Amino acid sequence: MTESSANKPANGDACHRASGAKKPGRNGYVKSPHLIQQKHCHAKERSHHVITCNGGLYSRPFDESFEETPMLVAVLTYMGYGILTLFGYLRDFLREWKIEKCHIAREREEQRDFVPLYQDFENFYTRNLYMRIRDSWNRPICSVPGARMDLVERLSHDYNWTFQHMGKVIKDVINMGSYNYLGFAENSGACLEAAAEATAEYGVGVSSTRQELGNLDKHEELEKLVARFLGVEATMAFGMGFATNSMNIPALAGKGCLILSDELNHASLVLGARLSGSTIRVFKHNNMQSLEKLLRDAIVHGQPRTHRPWKKILIVVEGIYSMEGSIVRLPEVIALKKKYKAYLYLDEAHSIGALGPHGRGVIDYFGLDPRDVDILMGTFTKSFGAAGGYIGGKKELIDYLRTHSHSAVYATSMSPPVVEQIITSMKCIMGEDGTTVGQERIQRLADNTTYFRRKLREMGFIIYGNNDSPVVPVMLYMPAKIGAFSREMLKRNIGVVVVGFPATPIIESRARFCVSAAHTRDMLDVALSAISEVGDLLQLKYSRHRALLTADWSSDDTSYDGIEN
Amino acid sequence: MASGQQWVLVEMVQAFYEAPAYHLILEGILILWIIRLLFSKTYKLQERSDLTEKEKEELIEEWQPEALVPPVSKDHPSLNYNIVSGPPSHKIIVNGKECINFASFNFLGLLDNERVKKQALLSLKKYGVGTCGPRGFYGTFDVHLELEDRLAKFMRTEEAIIYSYGFATIASAIPAYSKRGDMVFVDEAACFSIQKGLQASRSLIKYFKHNDMEDLERLLKEQEVEDQKNPRKARVTRRFIVVEGLYVNTGDICPLPDLLKLKYKYKVRIFLEESLSFGVLGDHGRGVTEHFGVNIDDIDLISANMENSLASVGGFCCGRSFVIDHQRLSGQGYCFSASLPPMLAAAAIEALDIMEEDPEIFTILREKCKHVHKALQGIPGLKVVGEPFTPAIHLQLERSSGSRDHDVKTLKSIVDYCMDRQIALTQARYLDKEEKFLPPPSIRVVVTVEQTEEEIDRAAASIRVAATAVLK
Repeated sequence: MTESSANKPANGDACHRASGAKKPGRNGYVKSPHLIQQKHCHAKERSHHVITCNGGLYSRPFDESFEETPMLVAVLTYMGYGILTLFGYLRDFLREWKIEKCHIAREREEQRDFVPLYQDFENFYTRNLYMRIRDSWNRPICSVPGARMDLVERLSHDYNWTFQHMGKVIKDVINMGSYNYLGFAENSGACLEAAAEATAEYGVGVSSTRQELGNLDKHEELEKLVARFLGVEATMAFGMGFATNSMNIPALAGKGCLILSDELNHASLVLGARLSGSTIRVFKHNNMQSLEKLLRDAIVHGQPRTHRPWKKILIVVEGIYSMEGSIVRLPEVIALKKKYKAYLYLDEAHSIGALGPHGRGVIDYFGLDPRDVDILMGTFTKSFGAAGGYIGGKKELIDYLRTHSHSAVYATSMSPPVVEQIITSMKCIMGEDGTTVGQERIQRLADNTTYFRRKLREMGFIIYGNNDSPVVPVMLYMPAKIGAFSREMLKRNIGVVVVGFPATPIIESRARFCVSAAHTRDMLDVALSAISEVGDLLQLKYSRHRALLTADWSSDDTSYDGIEN
Repeated sequence: MASGQQWVLVEMVQAFYEAPAYHLILEGILILWIIRLLFSKTYKLQERSDLTEKEKEELIEEWQPEALVPPVSKDHPSLNYNIVSGPPSHKIIVNGKECINFASFNFLGLLDNERVKKQALLSLKKYGVGTCGPRGFYGTFDVHLELEDRLAKFMRTEEAIIYSYGFATIASAIPAYSKRGDMVFVDEAACFSIQKGLQASRSLIKYFKHNDMEDLERLLKEQEVEDQKNPRKARVTRRFIVVEGLYVNTGDICPLPDLLKLKYKYKVRIFLEESLSFGVLGDHGRGVTEHFGVNIDDIDLISANMENSLASVGGFCCGRSFVIDHQRLSGQGYCFSASLPPMLAAAAIEALDIMEEDPEIFTILREKCKHVHKALQGIPGLKVVGEPFTPAIHLQLERSSGSRDHDVKTLKSIVDYCMDRQIALTQARYLDKEEKFLPPPSIRVVVTVEQTEEEIDRAAASIRVAATAVLK
């Protein structure tokens, strides 16, 4: 069975890639085992996807790969969890009989006869699996989270139950974990000066909500700027990215509405959808057939039991999925949304700033019209090095949110220095500060991303996601390798993020690198050679397709120069 | 044996040959019938929609969704925000007019405190603004750990955990413990973030009348009877009481000692929201537990935001490690959100320092509250709602006109009148349709330590004149 991922001849004549896959992947689209550069692409190869066959929707090659988990690795991973679980039970038994010292915080004597606050199995995983490798997370840092950071050294004398800080600092660790895509996490430069000025003038707090007396001139300025940046009529900014989703979706959908949500959507979107009281249906990750089927069925059959037509249908997707590194198939989603008259909510938490020739997110990346997306959401935490989130769209939408958003009515508004940081960094990206620094950073991020991904592939790692996504998940699979990878990398002075269950499917534990414009080529090379070394040590180079790959990877598609008019 | 069986078989074949044709045909039909019965569906689906593709296309063509959002009228009372230029501190410039601030929850006046600003600036120069990550992934800064430590020490609890958004604190904390099938008893006047937390928990929720311990006990007793019917279920049903220290919607205090009696009598855990009372009540500003002299360990979880007294941003929960630590993996707003910008944490630490160095500040605040409370008494047409020691007092209409919109407009004219006379006030804003028990419209008067007696008297006088003019 052969099918191709959505590829598109740029302007009809350029060559592009088609990927042949032996098996359709878990998500219905291709887990392409290798990418072959082809001079001519034939329509028949692109015929599988319902909408994808109009590859004409894409203005650039769309390469996304999710290599199959090797069978042996999958079996060994399950065995690993099996053994860990058995030992977990054994140790719980030993703790029960007070043979092993128990470090778990205990309920107060006075409340022993209350209904237990936690069910025993709830914490089994935490107690017996997470605790073994707890040192891989929450590492305290004591510097700016830039390309290099300083970590506070932690010691544990009781197998990670408690940590002691000995006052020592691990200096200049290369930071491959922070979402600092454009490198605006800085403690010098224009952003810092502006933020410092705002602090001196305004202080840090606001102590009131937007609707009461917390609507500063700065907030209005920010919202106008963001609207200009995104190319929409109006925007509204909120103090927390998570809450932007969870507190605004309920204002947009309610009972009798249907929310179609990608299976890998972020917790905040899931929470927002749940709080809205709408019916929620989940489609397979980035799978357009699955989405189209849900849309058709929903409209044809109406609401369950009553068969009344749905009031409205809201499709909720993310720009870049932070655990998979995949980019949403936005042109197809928009085509579907138009065909079925649904509304589209696009969460650009990771993609705003990080994608597109002008850093304006996934819409810019595909060269689409921002007006085709009904609700544009994003955060300021990542690319802008600040905090908070925004929603952009038509003026009516924003007027409605200004009057009905939970956040505008009940939550304290954004801190002025944070607002100032966003304004300054956004102007820099837009080139309104009179420099080309922003544009250079966007280009550097794109270059770094391609370079880093290419090198990792060549080394033989299985990496997930889109070729242009600065979020790079490298598969580790086995639970024991999660902690080992993180520790070995830290030994080599590189800070990485590792993720396991429940953030990922149980066998798909991974390390996640976030490439930044602040990384120099040298830093990436140092990191890459360390990754390769640790990869050999832990036998992480699972990919079966590396040989096919190296030779054919020549053109640098990520450069935005080509498509800029 | 074997030959016997063979014999039976031969006999059967023989019988088959000898049987008349009609018999064989009948048997054949019967066998076919059985096969059909086995493989056919025994029931008919009543609602099978055998729509043709064309019909489906027509349905899809026909369907018209509602507009994404209903239109908002241009004169919606909360569409056009007041614009504050400059810092929202004691002197505030609202829509170009300099006023004295009686609206921001900046109780201790720390918002433009120089020491706080200085610490924030120092931190800014060290860490920059954003954290670029959640707590788990290099978003934990040494300042966060220090702030958690300081908050725990300040409140005299084992552990504290900070969130990056005040609203998200209790709204994340409740669903971390209370799950589907659990029970929550909650006061009717509970604020909106508690309501959202309850909704997210999907637990069974029982509302008791505001501050009515008899009503609460009635509900608890009912539940006790229910439990006796089904003791197996009762053994795994967690119960919680969720109350606020000082209620932001009503300005009064929860009867904590009575609640504690009920807690131990009916074995229910207590969650306490102290956003308004933290840094206000008690001789050292530790909130409602200190006010009543209650052992803080008797409260299972205390949550508060750092946006009022501490004049920073964010929120925290504190209590015993057994309880609090659970949120580090289960508090959604903690795990899945970027952490608090370090400069805001540094500002909160400095604000805590100031509170610890000078507990006198809380006495001053209480005196001011009493003064304001007294000064606002006896305004014709308006009644003061709230305890004399609460820094956020509500002024409600004595007689409602019967229409909420009309009442809101009346109060708005009073607020506008005062704003013209350099007193910045605000109405308490609610989402009318979303609130479980919508409080009556009111003007919220906020007391801060920076307000002088003269300013308070002037504000009270303005409100009095305005009320007389508007409500005549």
